[in-house]
Amino acid sequence: MNKYKLAWWKVVTIILLYYTVIGGFLIPVPRLHILNESIRMNYFHVPMWFAMISLFTYSVWSSIQYLRTHNIDFDDKAVESVKVAFFFGCLGLVTGMIWANATWGAFWTNDPKLNNTAIGLLIYSAYFVLRGSLEDETQRGRLSAVYNIFAFAVFIPLIFILPRMSDSLHPGSGNNPTFRLFDTSHNMKLVVYTAIISFIALSWWLYTLFLRIRAIKKLRDEIF
Amino acid sequence: MKYSKVTILLALVLFSLPSLGQGNDVVEMADVLRQDGKIYTVVFGLVIILTAMIILLIRMDRKIFRLEQDLKREK
Repeated sequence: MNKYKLAWWKVVTIILLYYTVIGGFLIPVPRLHILNESIRMNYFHVPMWFAMISLFTYSVWSSIQYLRTHNIDFDDKAVESVKVAFFFGCLGLVTGMIWANATWGAFWTNDPKLNNTAIGLLIYSAYFVLRGSLEDETQRGRLSAVYNIFAFAVFIPLIFILPRMSDSLHPGSGNNPTFRLFDTSHNMKLVVYTAIISFIALSWWLYTLFLRIRAIKKLRDEIF
Repeated sequence: MKYSKVTILLALVLFSLPSLGQGNDVVEMADVLRQDGKIYTVVFGLVIILTAMIILLIRMDRKIFRLEQDLKREK
């Protein structure tokens, strides 16, 4: 029997997460009006979306592979990555709402970026409904794979393109400052990039755990 | 009349004091918190939460690994 060993990339993830949490609070940030210390939300809110988008992208790739090969393993990968991505999307939405209340004075504003993100997440929640309503494995796999691809094709314009076509309160849109690649201060870049990498790795770790539980369930059903 | 120049100077300085404070453009940050060292309490709390979460994650990782091994043997 093999002995359990913690994979190297999981160790790296843990170290980077500690750096994010400690550095995110203690490393100096630019002093800006209205934002004050709430600028530090950037360290924890932005990585949620990066983790979500990377897993959604991976799930679309898995869905395409499933349609090409009809190998059910790809269907498993697609559904588990959508699950974890959805979880991170909800976290991003909640952290954003807390920040909005501190900065804009309301938990929710009718901003295109906020509304479109909510619509996008609702589209993905329909993915779970679709899967739950189908019994046959191949039918479920095929339909949900097609739905997943279309959902992604709607989601990307909804959150990246449409908000930029109108004025938005959200930082980074229109002429608003903060998170832009070249005008973020050096100290903030250090933590933001580390946070993005560490949370993407953490979401990947969670995804592999979910996938393995699913595989175990299947194996057990075969044996008993 | 002897001290009129001094009085006017003093008055002008006193009146301009509030605007001096505004001119410095002070942005409120959690400086006092940092001076008192209280921010470290929060960081410490978060580190403990993170540690607990990571321990939970690693234990789950190990449990799933064991389950996989058991199933492999049964097969």
